[in-house]
Amino acid sequence: MGSMKEIFGSLLLKELLKGLSVTGRHLFARKITVQYPEEKTPQGFRFRGLHALRRYPGGEERCIACKLCEAACPAMAITIESAEREDGSRRTTRYDIDWNKCIFCGFCEEACPVDAIVETRLFEYHGEKQSDLYYTKPMLLANGDRYETQIAADRELDSKYR
Amino acid sequence: MMVETLHQLLPGFLIPPFDALMRMGQDTFGAAWPDLVTLVWTVVKVMLIIAPLLLVVAYETFAERKVIGWMQVRIGPNRVGPWGLFQPLADGLKVLLKEIVIPAKADKPVYLLAPLFSFAPALIAWAVIPFNDFLVLANIDASLLFVMSVTSIGVYGVILSGWAPNSKYAFLGSMRSAAQMISYEVAMGLSLVVVLMVSNSLNLVDIVQGQGRGLFAGMGLKFLSWNWLPLLPMFVVYLTSIFAECNRAPFDLAEGESEIIGYHVEYSGMAFAVFQLAEYTAMLMGCTLVSLLFLGGWLSPVSFLPDSILWLLVKIFCVLVLFFWVRATFPRYRYDQVMRLGWKVFIPVCLVWLAVVACWMLSPLNIWK
Repeated sequence: MGSMKEIFGSLLLKELLKGLSVTGRHLFARKITVQYPEEKTPQGFRFRGLHALRRYPGGEERCIACKLCEAACPAMAITIESAEREDGSRRTTRYDIDWNKCIFCGFCEEACPVDAIVETRLFEYHGEKQSDLYYTKPMLLANGDRYETQIAADRELDSKYR
Repeated sequence: MMVETLHQLLPGFLIPPFDALMRMGQDTFGAAWPDLVTLVWTVVKVMLIIAPLLLVVAYETFAERKVIGWMQVRIGPNRVGPWGLFQPLADGLKVLLKEIVIPAKADKPVYLLAPLFSFAPALIAWAVIPFNDFLVLANIDASLLFVMSVTSIGVYGVILSGWAPNSKYAFLGSMRSAAQMISYEVAMGLSLVVVLMVSNSLNLVDIVQGQGRGLFAGMGLKFLSWNWLPLLPMFVVYLTSIFAECNRAPFDLAEGESEIIGYHVEYSGMAFAVFQLAEYTAMLMGCTLVSLLFLGGWLSPVSFLPDSILWLLVKIFCVLVLFFWVRATFPRYRYDQVMRLGWKVFIPVCLVWLAVVACWMLSPLNIWK
């Protein structure tokens, strides 16, 4: 008896009509598409985009070549070489990030004891060759100089959770 | 009545110059003139059907993307032209510029002919489709039979396109699609037998006009006299068979991403686009047939409004939206489920309803007299 009921139920197409009614309702629903180049989704202050190397307000670079970021990097995208500067401090002579490898996990940022390597909110970038995505120390420092205001504001917002 | 001469279509002030032109032609060409006129007039009529048809087919793809987008709470294509209206043209241009990759061991002529084999039947069937009491290219007696047989030829396109590229996947896909189309043709034919019984004619114009008579039509509610209500199970079976016949969702195994063995796997560029055109033309054909056979064609739903070709267009559009709606809603059938539905559900339902309607027609309760 139960199976007969099932057969007649399926012949009445009850479930199909239920499904159609769901999609039919959505036909008139408000559309949620974000039309990207004109409209953008909101970003959080912890957004992980392109990297930058920061400086202190006096102009001295923050990085002390401790190589913790290099060790933390799961994709091995960071290459650091260091040497002693004339004033006796340890500084990097080479700080490269290969964005072909980087997975934007943010571990380097977390590992850094002096907030030198950070990730900015920048995500609209491209390279026409693979080598365009290989960033060296001057380029990273330039990134930091250019977006310092935004970076500092984001650190400030994040500071109470650290 | 059909449109036999231009006189029936031309506005009054154009008739004298037209007659003058005909007389001039008679003087110049002599005895060959009537044949020449027939030839030109036929070509004009064919173009009058095919040109709008292809435009509609192009915008069918656009409408499909829009409707499915809306149902998925998206906007759909809106970049090319105002509201994305030039999208089909951009798609066409893109597909024309693409390379047709012919597999090395393919049977070249057959490979290139196969898309046409599936496209041509979809177009030929339009020759007998009436848009109005008199707007029909060829009002032949057995027009429904003609449509059935010509659309069946489309299966050759499917089989050839699977065989020609010399690929086992395309071949398997074509076997499956062909088997699917043939199985559903049985159910389709049986459901049409019921329609033929009640309308007592194979002529599409007669079938439509027959739907304008009946108990409810006398009361002014013509839409209750159309075939869809008294033959509701057949309407559902026929509609679903059309879905399967056109290889549409939820029976679109040919283009299923999960099992990439459709009959057109080896096709690219314009050759592939012709298959798509064939599919969408066949789909439009299916919608038109549903509108004509079950939804009263150009008859208006209530008797105080005049019958008009606009009703037919509105009905075709509604059935078309139903196609899109179904595609946006239902998941794809597995192949064995497709076959089970066709053979074990639809054919028994058709046979039972055939017997029911036959008894109904012999009983005193017959409403189709």
